[in-house]
Amino acid sequence: MQRALTLYQTTIGKKVVMALSGGIIVGFVIGHFLGNLNLYLGPEALNGYAAKLHSMPALVWGTRILLLFAFGAHIGSAYQLWRRNVTARGSHYKRRKDQATDYAARTMYWTGPILLLYLIYHLLEFTILPTHPGDVYRNVVEAFQNPWISTFYIAGNLALGLHIFHGIFSAFQSIGANHPRYNSYRRDLAIAISAVVTLGNLSFPISVLTGIVTL
Amino acid sequence: MELRSHEPTGPIEERWAKHKEASKLVAPANRRKHNIIVVGSGLAGGAASASLGEMGYNVKCFCYQDSPRRAHSIAAQGGINAAKNYQNDGDSVYRLFYDTVKGGDFRSRESNVYRLAELSLHIIDQAVAQGVPFAREYGGLLANRSFGGAQVSRTFYARGQTGQQLLLGAYQALSRQIDAGTVEMFARHEMLELIVHDGRARGIVTRCLNTGKVTPHIADMVVLCTGGYSNVFYLSTNAKGCNCTATWRAHRKGAAFANPCYTQIHPTCIPQAGSYQSKLTLMSESLRNDGRVWVPRKKEDVTKQPRDIPEADRFYYLEERYPAFGNLVPRDVASRNALYVTNDGLGVGPAVNGERRGVYLDFADAIGRLGEQTIRERYGNLFEMYERITGDNPYETPMRIYPATHYTMGGLWVDYNLEATIPGLFVGGEANFSDHGSNRLGASALMQGLADGYFVLPFTVGNYLGHIRTLPPLSEDHPDVQAAIQAVDDRVRKLMNAPDPKHAPEHFHRQLGKVIWEKCGMSRNAEALEEALEKIPELREQFWREVKITGSGKDLNQTLERAGRVADFFELGELMCIDALNRKESCGGHFREEYQEKGEALRDDTNFSYVAAWEWTGNPAEPRLHKEPLTFEYVKPTKRSYK
Amino acid sequence: MTDELINLTLHVWRQRGPNGPGSFETHHAKDITTHMSFLEMLDVVNEDLIEKGEEPIAFDYDCREGICGTCGMVVNGVAHGPQKLTTVCQLHMRQFEDGQEIWLEPWRAQGFPIVKDLVVDRSGFDRIIQAGGYISIRTGSASEANEMPIAKDVADRAMDAAACIGCGACVAACPNASASLFTAAKISHLSLMPQGQVERADRARKMVAQMDAEGFGACTNHGECEAVCPKGVSLEWIARMNRELVRAMVKSKTPA
Repeated sequence: MQRALTLYQTTIGKKVVMALSGGIIVGFVIGHFLGNLNLYLGPEALNGYAAKLHSMPALVWGTRILLLFAFGAHIGSAYQLWRRNVTARGSHYKRRKDQATDYAARTMYWTGPILLLYLIYHLLEFTILPTHPGDVYRNVVEAFQNPWISTFYIAGNLALGLHIFHGIFSAFQSIGANHPRYNSYRRDLAIAISAVVTLGNLSFPISVLTGIVTL
Repeated sequence: MELRSHEPTGPIEERWAKHKEASKLVAPANRRKHNIIVVGSGLAGGAASASLGEMGYNVKCFCYQDSPRRAHSIAAQGGINAAKNYQNDGDSVYRLFYDTVKGGDFRSRESNVYRLAELSLHIIDQAVAQGVPFAREYGGLLANRSFGGAQVSRTFYARGQTGQQLLLGAYQALSRQIDAGTVEMFARHEMLELIVHDGRARGIVTRCLNTGKVTPHIADMVVLCTGGYSNVFYLSTNAKGCNCTATWRAHRKGAAFANPCYTQIHPTCIPQAGSYQSKLTLMSESLRNDGRVWVPRKKEDVTKQPRDIPEADRFYYLEERYPAFGNLVPRDVASRNALYVTNDGLGVGPAVNGERRGVYLDFADAIGRLGEQTIRERYGNLFEMYERITGDNPYETPMRIYPATHYTMGGLWVDYNLEATIPGLFVGGEANFSDHGSNRLGASALMQGLADGYFVLPFTVGNYLGHIRTLPPLSEDHPDVQAAIQAVDDRVRKLMNAPDPKHAPEHFHRQLGKVIWEKCGMSRNAEALEEALEKIPELREQFWREVKITGSGKDLNQTLERAGRVADFFELGELMCIDALNRKESCGGHFREEYQEKGEALRDDTNFSYVAAWEWTGNPAEPRLHKEPLTFEYVKPTKRSYK
Repeated sequence: MTDELINLTLHVWRQRGPNGPGSFETHHAKDITTHMSFLEMLDVVNEDLIEKGEEPIAFDYDCREGICGTCGMVVNGVAHGPQKLTTVCQLHMRQFEDGQEIWLEPWRAQGFPIVKDLVVDRSGFDRIIQAGGYISIRTGSASEANEMPIAKDVADRAMDAAACIGCGACVAACPNASASLFTAAKISHLSLMPQGQVERADRARKMVAQMDAEGFGACTNHGECEAVCPKGVSLEWIARMNRELVRAMVKSKTPA
C-alpha cells in the first residue's frame, strides 16, 4: 500500500504544476498581447517598445528562463498525465455520449501540441531568424501580408483561445481555488481572458491582410 | 434443547452493568490468538467486526455484496432513536424502554429492551464522533424529530439517508481495521453452511460468488448479522439479495428459530405495477401526516380518474373507522384496513393478476390548506421519487399506496448474551429474534443493529472466549468440516441438475411469495394457514424438480445464488405458517382474524406470553416447539386501542 | 398512469471473465411495459434466456431503490442512462421509445476490472477508504455528542458530500477514468467536520496516494462525473480535495 509521496508524485500534484506553470504562461501571453498592441501605434512605437525591452537583458533573460521552465513543467506533466489517462480507461466504449464537457476541454491534447508547433514557428520567425533584425514592425507586417502565414497565425491563436479557456477554468479547480458563492465567476473570467486575448491576437494578421495596418 | 435466557436479575437499570462486571475478559495479549468469524457487514456486522478488530481479535468478515458498504441497512430512511432528551420533552431511558416494550405488544424480554434503551445514548455519541453528518439546529446542536407517533422527539436523522450515513460510519470504522490488518474482509462471499464441532459453532463454509470456489473457514466462534427474511414474501422493501440462508443453515444445524411469524408490514409503499415487479419501494410514513387515505365507495368507480369522483362517493375509511387517530393509526391497523377495502373490490390502480391492490393517499386538501410550496418543502423528495417510479404527479393526482413487508421481528433465538442455542454462535441485528417483540417501532431498527454491534457483542463475545479459553485446533480435514463442505457441494450440484429443469428460480419464488403474502401476511386465519401448509411443500417439491439454472457453478452465476436462497425461503416460509398457526392470538404484526374484539387485536397473555423457539427436526413440517416464558416486572401488559 | 407496451433491441456486452475477450450480443425485449424499471426489463430478458437454456446477462443490483450503489451500467453511452440524478435501478422504461436500440456496456476502467458481462470489481474504492477515509475513534470512547456544536451549514455541506453511494459512475463517465469525485467526496465530508481535523492532512495524502495506486486517471475538469452522479455530488469537492492535498503536503512534517 502506498503511503507518503511528494506532491509532484501524485496526479493532483501534477495538475497543480500544470495550473501554476500555465498561469505563468497565460500571464506572459497577456503581457505579450498588450505589448503587441503597439502595432496599431505605428513602426516607431512598436520598434521603440522592442528596443526598450532589449535594453533590459535581466528582464528579457529572466522571463525567458522562467518561461522555459514553465513550458518544461507544463509539457512534462501534461505528457505524464496523458500517458496515465490513456491507460486508465482500459477498454474503449462502443458508445459514448458526453454530458457536460465542451469542445475546448475535449481538445486539450490536440491544442497543446498544435500550440507547441506554433510556438516553435513563431520563435523562429520573429525571434531567432528575423528577416529584418531590429525592425519588428516590418517583420510582422511583411509576414502577415502572406496569406499562408496569416492563416497559420489565425489557426494558432484559435487553438490558443480554446486552450487557455479550459486551462484557466481548470487551473482554478486544480489549485483548489473554489468557493460556492464565487464559482460561477471562474468560468466568466476564463471566457473574458481567453476572448480578449484571442480576438486581440487575431486582429493583428487580419488588420494587415485587410490593409488597415501597412508598411 | 433448553432455553436459558441468562438474564441478570435485580433492578432493571443495573442489570447490564452488573452483567458486564460478572463477565469474563480476555487479556489484550491473548486476543489476537482468537479467531472470530462475522457474517454480514451491515450495522450490526460492520460495527461488531470493527469493534472486535479494534480490541485486537482476529476477525474475518463476510458479505455477499461486492463491498461491505452496500449492506441493506443503507436503505433505512427515517432515523435512529436515542433517549438523549435533548428536546427537554421528558424523554428518558426508562420511557424509551417502556415505549419499546409496549410497542412490541408485550412479546419481548424486558432486560434486553432496557439494555437497548440504555445503549441508545452511546450510539449517538459514537456515530457523531465518527463524523456521521446528523441534522443540526442553527445553534449547532443535534436536531430531533418525532417519529412513528412517539410522544417525544427522540429521533436523530441525516436527511432521508440516516441508514446510509450510519452504515458508512460503521463501514469506515471497519475499513480502518482492515487497513490495520485486524479484520480480513471477504466481499462477494456467501455463507452456505455452519461448521459445528463438538457441540460448538466453529466455522462456516463459503462460496466465492465470483469464482464458485467453496472454502471452509475455521474459527473459535461465529457471529451472524445477516439481516431479516422479508424476501420470503418475494415482494418486499428489502434489497433483492437479502436472504435467510445464513440463519437458516444455522437453524438446520441446531439453532432455534424464534417467532418467525412476527413480520412487519409498512403501510405506505408504492403498489405493485405489474407481475414483473421485482421489489417494492417504501415511502416515509410521514406522508400520512398530511395525506388523506381513501378509496371509491362504489366498485364501478375504481377505474375512474380520482379527481372525477365526487366527495360523497369517496370512502375515507381510516377517518370513518378510527375518528380519534384517523389517518395516523399505527402501521398494522392502517395496513390491515387497506387489505380489507381492497378485498371488497374497492382497490384502485392497475389490475395485477386480476386484482387492484392500491388505495389513494390524497394531498389535495393539504395543498389547498397549506399551499403547494409548503407541501413541496415537506415532501418534495418523496413526491419526486414517486413520480420517477410511477410516472404520476402527486401534486395533481392522488398517490397510490399499498402495504409491503419491510422488517421481520422473528429470527434466531438468542439469550441475553446474543448467543444462540448452539454454543459459540452469536446473532446480532435483525437476524436475531431481537428486542422488538411482535412489532417494531419506527427508528428502532438502526438502534438495535448498532447497539448489538458496537456495545453488546464486543462484551459477550469476550465473555464466551474468556470462558472457553483455548479450543482444541480443528483441522480442515476433520470429518465435521469435510461433511459441511460436502453438503455445500452436493446442494450446488443438486440445484444445477434438477431432474426436469423448466423455470428460473424467480418463477418459484414469486409463487411462494404469493402464498405467504396471501395466507400469512397482514391478516391471518387458521384455514388459510393450513392451506398454505399444504401448498408450500408442493411448491417446494416442484421447485427442486423443475428449477433451471444455466451457466456453470464455477464462476459468477447469479441464478445459482438466487436458487439457493429460494430453497431456504421455502423451508422458512413453512415454519412461518406453522408458527402463525400455533400462535392463537393477535399481537403486534401478527393478526389472527379469529382473535379480535370489535376489530382490535386480541392478545392472550394467559396462554401466549412466551417466545416460540422452534427446533429443526429434519422434517420441515414437524419442528419442535420450545417456549421461553415472558414475564413483565416493570411494564404491565395493557391493551392497545386506537378507536 | 397509462400503460404502454414497447419492443426494444438490446446490444449487450458479454464477457465471460476478467481476461476473456468480450463482444456485443443482441437480444430482443418484447412487450415491455413502460412501468417496468430498467433492471426489471433485464430480469424479463434473463428469465427468458434461462428458459431457453442460455446463460443470462450478469449485471449487478441489490437495493433497487437507488441507495446501495451496487447497480450501474452504461446505457447508450451514458452512465446510469438518460435520466439525470437517477441510478439505473430507478430508471424506468417510460424513458425509452418503442423500437429503440439500446447499447449496454459495463463501467470501463483499468481500476474496475470486469468480473463478467456488466459486472465490474470496484474493490479499488474500498481500498481508497481503507487508506484513510475514516475518523479513528475507539468504540465506546466517544464523548457526549452535543459537546461539540457544529454549524448547521457545515453539517449540511458535509452531508452533501457524504451522499455519495460509491457506485462508480463518476469513473465510468470520466474521459480519463478518474476516481477524483469519489475520493474528493469522502475527503471533503470528513475535512469539513470538526471531528475530522486531527487526521485531516494524513487522510488526504493517503487517500490520494491510494487513488493513484489503483490506476485511476487524473482529473482534467470535464465535469462528466458530476453530470452523471445519481446523487448530485458536486465538482466543487474535487477543488476542495486538491486544496486539502496541497495543504497536507505543505503542513506535513513526516518525510516523503
